[in-house]
Amino acid sequence: MRFVARVLVRPKTDVRDPQGEAVLAALRSLGHDVSGVRTGKEIVLTFSAPDERAARMAAERMGDQLLANPVIENYEVTLEREIVKAR
Amino acid sequence: MTKVAILRYPGTWSERDFAHALSLVDGVETEILWHEDARLAGFDAAIVPGGFSYGDYLRAGAIAKLSPATAELRRFAVDGGVVLGSCNGFQILCEAGLLPGALIRNSDLAYRCDWVHVRVESERTPFTDDLGDAVLKMPIGNGEGCWVSDPDTLARVEERGQVVFRYVDETGTRTPSANPNGSLNDIAGVRNEEGNVLGLMPHPERCSETLLGGTDGYRMLARLASVRHGTAPAVYRHR
Repeated sequence: MRFVARVLVRPKTDVRDPQGEAVLAALRSLGHDVSGVRTGKEIVLTFSAPDERAARMAAERMGDQLLANPVIENYEVTLEREIVKAR
Repeated sequence: MTKVAILRYPGTWSERDFAHALSLVDGVETEILWHEDARLAGFDAAIVPGGFSYGDYLRAGAIAKLSPATAELRRFAVDGGVVLGSCNGFQILCEAGLLPGALIRNSDLAYRCDWVHVRVESERTPFTDDLGDAVLKMPIGNGEGCWVSDPDTLARVEERGQVVFRYVDETGTRTPSANPNGSLNDIAGVRNEEGNVLGLMPHPERCSETLLGGTDGYRMLARLASVRHGTAPAVYRHR
């Protein structure tokens, strides 16, 4: 089975996010009444796994080993089956 | 003779600067090693220089930590070898878990290329032995130099005297404007508990001769001449 895992990596709440702060200031300068901005990144993985449980475990292993640094970041995985379009 | 290995990853840019700076130190010989075949047996110290290993993709140092050189560095450090990481080398050592904390984007988002002053906060490293409270002027060049950690790690690092360098002004006073990147507690460099692994954001190799505007880096690097493999933990842990 083919899966697409979306790994959303975010700075931990107690870690400063200078990019978020800069975006916040920029949005305010445009007149938007925004009180907080946090930025993160999405990493999209496509891979094969026997079932959904195995796919989630694989994605989390990738998150722990490389995609996020646990000192400063948290991550979340959302998983879906890859949709292959018929020709 | 102290044998110093200088590691080179794809994107490392300061290995030859280190080799040059260390060529000015009597009693030290260097060899630049490609990270994939870095064998540290027979060396007394290893340097992880600055640059942009693997293009800083994902996070600075994140890909480099997967290099076989990291496992080799870990073995070397456990065995008592002396390890120094500067700039990207510091980021790699943090990513690899050889040093506490992490380096994130500078608080003003700018790439900072500047001279800074740091105060030596711990003499318990081979590079700062007898330099306690000295104020060193060194250059920085980084976009991700802001050292952070969780509160427990920060408390532990402070309590155990693992902070080796703190940003200060030229008189040695901590001020918000002397901190170029928003680092917690003005931290510019930390060591491991044993004292044989040291990382810092400034570049000692770029201030090792008067021609380059300063020699405070030489004051650190010259101490390598007395480093011998395996002596560091015993010497520095118990001082």
